[in-house]
Amino acid sequence: MIASLSLILLCQLVGEVAVRALAVPVPGPVVGLVLLLLLLLARDRYPALARGPLGNDGVESASRVMLANLSLLFIPAGVGVVQKLDLLAEHGTAILVILAVSVIVTLLATVATFVAASSLFSREDETP
Amino acid sequence: MSDNPFSLWVYLSQSPLLWLTVTLVTYAATDAVSLKTRRHPLANPVLHSLWIIGTFLLLTNTSYTTYFAGAQFVHFLLGPATVALAVPLYENRRRVAAAVLPMLVALAVGSLTAIVSVVLLAKAFGLPRDIILSLAPKSVTAGVAMGISESLHADPSLTAVSVILTGIMGAIIVTPLMNFTGITDFRGRGFAAGIAAHGIGTARAFQVDEVAGVFAGIAMSLNALVTSLLVPLAVTYLLR
Repeated sequence: MIASLSLILLCQLVGEVAVRALAVPVPGPVVGLVLLLLLLLARDRYPALARGPLGNDGVESASRVMLANLSLLFIPAGVGVVQKLDLLAEHGTAILVILAVSVIVTLLATVATFVAASSLFSREDETP
Repeated sequence: MSDNPFSLWVYLSQSPLLWLTVTLVTYAATDAVSLKTRRHPLANPVLHSLWIIGTFLLLTNTSYTTYFAGAQFVHFLLGPATVALAVPLYENRRRVAAAVLPMLVALAVGSLTAIVSVVLLAKAFGLPRDIILSLAPKSVTAGVAMGISESLHADPSLTAVSVILTGIMGAIIVTPLMNFTGITDFRGRGFAAGIAAHGIGTARAFQVDEVAGVFAGIAMSLNALVTSLLVPLAVTYLLR
């Protein structure tokens, strides 16, 4: 468990250092995600890597525990709403309506595009 | 033990222990209720934890800074949890590789819709420019959105609030909305949840279906990249 957590933190650390050193507008943890993915893919090719956190379902089970409780992690930032109560009293209704409409429009536009594109591309695959 | 219960409160309310415990206990309780209701959308654990903890802070006259000193240990895990998304992504790599093209098209359309819709609506409602700028990056995960907001000289703390509100609304509405449209492709449903409602939408997607969760995680990560490039362009074009 500790070795698995260390590997996850290490990936994030390398990611943070890389984005700062290269000054690219990418979040460090996203680079960390790509690194961990590459490690897992490399393990398929080189079985010698399957040891420590990369063996015996180590990093996999640590990640599943974290992702099963993903909602919890947003609570500290969300409680910050208590600092904005005066602003919400003034513009709250407008902000809530705007965010709600925007989220519905975005959900529908994204899912419609995904479904349309996936049926379009799979039809192209079928034609010989 | 102190004779004076007030001095005990003064000690505890200044230590991280109390606020970390309050966060975990509240979440454990709201999550148990969510499980009991078989993950009913309105029993969203983030939504209910927020008002319970918020009310508690207001009643005890505790500042957000004091609360956050304890809760930051939980907040910190947002980064490692993003890295951990590599695992479900790896386990579902064949399904993901088969859907790369639809994902990229849906990413472009979804990301643009999220930004343009919120800016145009806020303009139509006549909101002040600094509030519009703070709302623009609301569909990406909190850390990235606050960075974008800062670079636009907007209000990062208002951005964080709008990010969380967007996430909660998306998580509540996604299942009924998708059932209403009759779309049963859980790859697309999850992908939309990740684009529109970042990590809270992704957490919701994992509750409903593992494949939906994986696609939501990818969507959230890709959207963080695209939105940080698109928001500055969109606001200069739309708010001239």
